[in-house]
Amino acid sequence: MLGRTADSLFWMSRYMERAENIARLVEAGHRLALLTGSDADAGDWRSTLASAACLDGYLARHETVAAGTAIDYLLFDPANPVSVRVCLESARDNGRSVRTALTRDMWEALNTTWNEFAAAPVAEVREGRLPEFLDWIRQRAMLFRGALLGTILRNDGYHFSQLGAFVERADQTARILDVKHYALLPEWVPAVGDVDTYTWEAILRAVSAHRSYRHVYEGPYRPGNVAEFLIVREEMPRSLRYSYRWIAASLERLALDYGTAAPVQAEARATLALLEQTGMAGIFSRGLHAFLLDFIARNNALAARIAEDYHFA
Amino acid sequence: MDAYTAEVQDFFDEMVDAAGQPRPPYARLHAWLLAQPRPALRRKREAADTVFRNLGVTFAAHGDREERELPVPFDLVPRILAAAEWRLVERGIEQRVRALNAFLADVYHDQRIVRAGRLPAAVIERSPAYLPAMAGFTPPGGVYAHVSGLDLVRTGVAQFHVLEDDLGSPSGVSTMLENREATLRLFPELFAAHRVAPVERYPEQLRAMLASVAPPACAGEPTLVLLSSGSASAAFFEHAFLADQMGIELVLGSDLFVDDGWLYMRTTQGRARVDVVYRRIGDAWLDPRAFRADSLLGVPGLFEAYRAGRVTLVNAPGAGLAADRLVYSYLPQIIEFYTGEPPLLGHVPTWRCGEPEALAHVLEHLPEMVLKPLDPGDPEGTLIGPAASHKQLAALRARLQAQPAEFVAQPLLALSTCPAFTASGLAPRHVDLRPFVLFGERLRVTPGGLTRVALKRGSLLVHAEHGGGTKDTWVLEQ
Repeated sequence: MLGRTADSLFWMSRYMERAENIARLVEAGHRLALLTGSDADAGDWRSTLASAACLDGYLARHETVAAGTAIDYLLFDPANPVSVRVCLESARDNGRSVRTALTRDMWEALNTTWNEFAAAPVAEVREGRLPEFLDWIRQRAMLFRGALLGTILRNDGYHFSQLGAFVERADQTARILDVKHYALLPEWVPAVGDVDTYTWEAILRAVSAHRSYRHVYEGPYRPGNVAEFLIVREEMPRSLRYSYRWIAASLERLALDYGTAAPVQAEARATLALLEQTGMAGIFSRGLHAFLLDFIARNNALAARIAEDYHFA
Repeated sequence: MDAYTAEVQDFFDEMVDAAGQPRPPYARLHAWLLAQPRPALRRKREAADTVFRNLGVTFAAHGDREERELPVPFDLVPRILAAAEWRLVERGIEQRVRALNAFLADVYHDQRIVRAGRLPAAVIERSPAYLPAMAGFTPPGGVYAHVSGLDLVRTGVAQFHVLEDDLGSPSGVSTMLENREATLRLFPELFAAHRVAPVERYPEQLRAMLASVAPPACAGEPTLVLLSSGSASAAFFEHAFLADQMGIELVLGSDLFVDDGWLYMRTTQGRARVDVVYRRIGDAWLDPRAFRADSLLGVPGLFEAYRAGRVTLVNAPGAGLAADRLVYSYLPQIIEFYTGEPPLLGHVPTWRCGEPEALAHVLEHLPEMVLKPLDPGDPEGTLIGPAASHKQLAALRARLQAQPAEFVAQPLLALSTCPAFTASGLAPRHVDLRPFVLFGERLRVTPGGLTRVALKRGSLLVHAEHGGGTKDTWVLEQ
């Protein structure tokens, strides 16, 4: 397989995963703003922008943080490199340039999604059709994932696609946690009222885990549990540990298929071991924020290493 | 369906003879068409749109039709050629392509044809397609024109004429294959009632041809790639389609590099040697070191690797010379010189406007003629006299007088007609034929090819930009 093809497949999946995550973030942010009232609004959107890793970009273009401009920036702004618009277009462009490596169902999902997004009634979305539109984005991302998992050959192309998706997912989950890391420490003393409950719920909602949390933990939200759920629980499909199990497994399969191990495999194994062995007590004693920052840096380095080891153009 | 009436006094009709009776190869189709109620065909017409949309997605990259120039309309009624008719055409094509190839070999070696006084040296030297860098080099198997397409028109029972040869990157193969797929889905019973020669094996045959011209330095199974100009190109869909069907890599110039005289592609497992490049970019862009220095599409050092026999380029650089419009005007002599036989296919008389008598004739008959600039990249393009406005004609007349040697002119031929399904039922429409040829170890003409049809009533212009469409083309077996 051409290095360029692997690169495009990796990014195609990564952008689709990102589009879905941004939609979830906006959904959680929107809900949180509704529940906590308008005075909390600006601060929450600031967090959402930070979780999406585009707060600086936003502030370079807008003086104040407000719901309308934040949502527009996250969904529609072509100048925002992580807006859903840019993600869907980039996913489709990457797919198009390696069309022959895609199945028909994958291509249709990518192409139709972009065409329909580009023709979306932006004014109507702004005026009350936001939840519906966010649902649509998530469904389209799921359709693409379903098409990929249901039709693609299990060869190197599949492994590169999965690597892109899980590198992105791990990054996103770590960022969501990091933006609110202070409220996730076990010793955190909840504020009076329900503000923290809303915060925890928003975090879980951003990764579609607010209901599955209840199946794993009994009782009310506990900050330590929320962090544990998203970092080390392997039954949680958006946790860091789950993502790294996939990353490590994909790299292992690639090594088997190619008959030679790449240096990046050792890096993935080391990060997975860290997630499997450190335990929450260790993470908290080291400092959650420091742990997450380190993880994000490792994950970025891993992506760069994959590109290097497999000769992405 | 009402009876089909062709204008048989003025034009040869593919389906019916002068008495309006169906010709033998069309007997079944004719009866079937007349038995179809018009609404049934109209429904098929609508079904065809769905079929094509789905094919677009399945077949190559399209599906994003808005990005293809304009979807070329598909006409439901197939065009049929009897086995005997096709044999005639096929022999003529084979004779022509072999002669063109012999001509290229001669031009790039001894130029016997020039020394024999049959072709002025200036005709070769002035052609932008002539590549002096190819002089003295013999490509593997002596083949220059591996992939070609011919534009044929028919004017009578056994009268087929070649309008133009395309030795660059003849496009339309994917449309030919799509059209066949569409008739299979739309008219399975009609198709089954005929024995139609297959076209589906084209990609497989292209692959076999590419493998057969591997360079001398290649031991073992050659690695083949299709070199594309990228997804911005209008033909990208065809590139992706063919690469996919052949199971070979679709590469861009940036995926390839030359190291120590060998060509490699960049893969996830490091470099991989490449032996044969089916390139769909023009000569000028192949190698910035050998040709245009500003080319970003090509590969530095590629031409040197080619001349060293370490990689084969398909088609050979410089092969386009045989399709030059001035060279065309000498083709009957060229074919006779290399084959010792007169051309089997008709030739369209061509006036070289650089010659004073020819110029006088052309200026006098301009509104009836087709005027072609010698430079195929000329922004004005080909002028079709009968379709041109007074203003266009006047502008061209002035240009022709100023630079006569830049043009050739031909009469507009009376293209045959074939029934097409129009808004008012079956009606005769003018058609041409583009067969596709593969030439490696052996020469193969795909049975049929792409029939283009002028969908406007009375129009002789089959090109998509003038309202042309396409048809499936059936060559009957036996």
